[in-house]
Amino acid sequence: MNNIWTIAKREYDNYFNSPLAYVVMLAILLPLGIYFTLILLFSSQNAYFGGGAAPDTLQINWLFVFLMVFLAPAITMRLISDEARIGTLELMLTAPVKDFEFVAGKWLGALMFVLSTAVVTLIFPIVLNNFVSPGLDWMKVLSSYIGLILVSSAMLALGVGISAIFNNQFAAFFVTLGLFFFLWFFVNMPVNLLPTGGEILNYLSLSYHFSQNINQGNMTLAGIVYYLSLTALGLFIGTTAIEIRRWR
Amino acid sequence: MIKVSGLTKDYGARRAIHNLNFDAQQGEIVGFLGPNGAGKTTTMRILTGYMPPSDGEAIVAGYDVVEDSLEVRKRVGYLPETVPLYTDMVVFDYLKYMGELRQIPNVEDRVDEVLDMVGLSDRAQGYIGNLSKGMRQRVGLAQALLHRPEVLILDEPTIGLDPNQVVEVRELIREIGKEKTVLLSTHLLHEAQNLCDRVLIINKGKIVAEDTTENLQARLLGAERVIVKVRGDGDGLAETIKEVKGVRKIETLEDGVVEFEFASGKDLRPEVAKQVIKSGYDLLELRPLGMSLEEIFIELTSGDSKKK
Repeated sequence: MNNIWTIAKREYDNYFNSPLAYVVMLAILLPLGIYFTLILLFSSQNAYFGGGAAPDTLQINWLFVFLMVFLAPAITMRLISDEARIGTLELMLTAPVKDFEFVAGKWLGALMFVLSTAVVTLIFPIVLNNFVSPGLDWMKVLSSYIGLILVSSAMLALGVGISAIFNNQFAAFFVTLGLFFFLWFFVNMPVNLLPTGGEILNYLSLSYHFSQNINQGNMTLAGIVYYLSLTALGLFIGTTAIEIRRWR
Repeated sequence: MIKVSGLTKDYGARRAIHNLNFDAQQGEIVGFLGPNGAGKTTTMRILTGYMPPSDGEAIVAGYDVVEDSLEVRKRVGYLPETVPLYTDMVVFDYLKYMGELRQIPNVEDRVDEVLDMVGLSDRAQGYIGNLSKGMRQRVGLAQALLHRPEVLILDEPTIGLDPNQVVEVRELIREIGKEKTVLLSTHLLHEAQNLCDRVLIINKGKIVAEDTTENLQARLLGAERVIVKVRGDGDGLAETIKEVKGVRKIETLEDGVVEFEFASGKDLRPEVAKQVIKSGYDLLELRPLGMSLEEIFIELTSGDSKKK
């Protein structure tokens, strides 16, 4: 377990050595900031005219997670593929580190980076809390953030897993992006087409559990299990890919 | 310390190494020689636990490389041929990171110690990406030495170093080789000759020779060659030497210099010396001519040529 932490720490520090981290942070925080400002503007207008519900920040977290569909592949693409390309993977695989620890360390480092970005967004509910009466429903906010962490965890694990398959980070990027598109937009499309029984496809959707339940303050077991399963699947793919590399 | 038996590795249909058998003891430096693609790196990668063999067994530091891969990896220091490094890291941080992965106590002190050993203390705070090839090589070596490994596996350890650094690194390896087991691969035959206690010559995935460099020479040659040099133009010198029983293959190289050969086992040099002096020549030199490792190497690895 020590090794996971050692690898995660290095990976986390390493993010801030490259411009990618700042680009990703900007790509998340700038749209979120603009969105928050718009929410404040429209809500205050509504309030002036005496209508509309009190605003909350759940939409902002939804946008965060939606942006992750595009940005998580960028965060994870080079994690293992680049080590394979420059050869440092050989160093890691001859160090007394289990394959799983290596993969999990990479994933944890990426998750820590995303969490650092998420911490910055706490400013939105804190500011908004001063403008609404009787204040925000903090349980809902908590549920939303737990959801955000769960979805990010699943996405990053899948991204790391795919990165372990390729030696080229752009190949890893596009395959990961394709997978997220499928899981976010397409997997539950037939729900509206099928006469009955299509609802089960909702359970496979990356967005469904978060958007419909967890982000609304409804911590469903199905949602938690789904995201944790995807995380485990991603780490499993990564570990297996490393093992296959050894045998090749 | 290293014991390899029947080691075989296939990459798809291509057989990279075939039924390798060898061992290396503690306090021994073993050289691994062979042309490109002979299977040196593959063998080293198996010994370091990087990949499993297709068949056969390798025991390193008392542990099986497949069954107890982690235990092997704890006890082996490895310098891969390409010296992969995180170029965006500072030298000190990189070594500290590798040390933490190996759970070395007081890792920072140890990093300072190792940096001193490889002569990089003044570059500890520099980025690896800004270092020269030779310095990177030394960072790689420092990484391999960090955890005081019982077995050191070095793939081309002196490649890319300048002559002074080569001497330093060889000195370092020789020092380490007194207590630990060192297996190193090299293209430089004279390096193997002056560094290694024993040499394994590998070609097309098979070991074609294994011995000390001296024994290899003797074995391949089956005969010993000697050069005789006398003052003056040495007229009739060849004929004089020929009179000694057992001498064969006499050749006059230049005025006053003659090369001859005799079968290994019975040293004819005293007899030849007496004969030359008795015949009135001023003997200047009587020098045995060893077969260089280069010649042995070419002999063993080129085409179908068989041992003489």
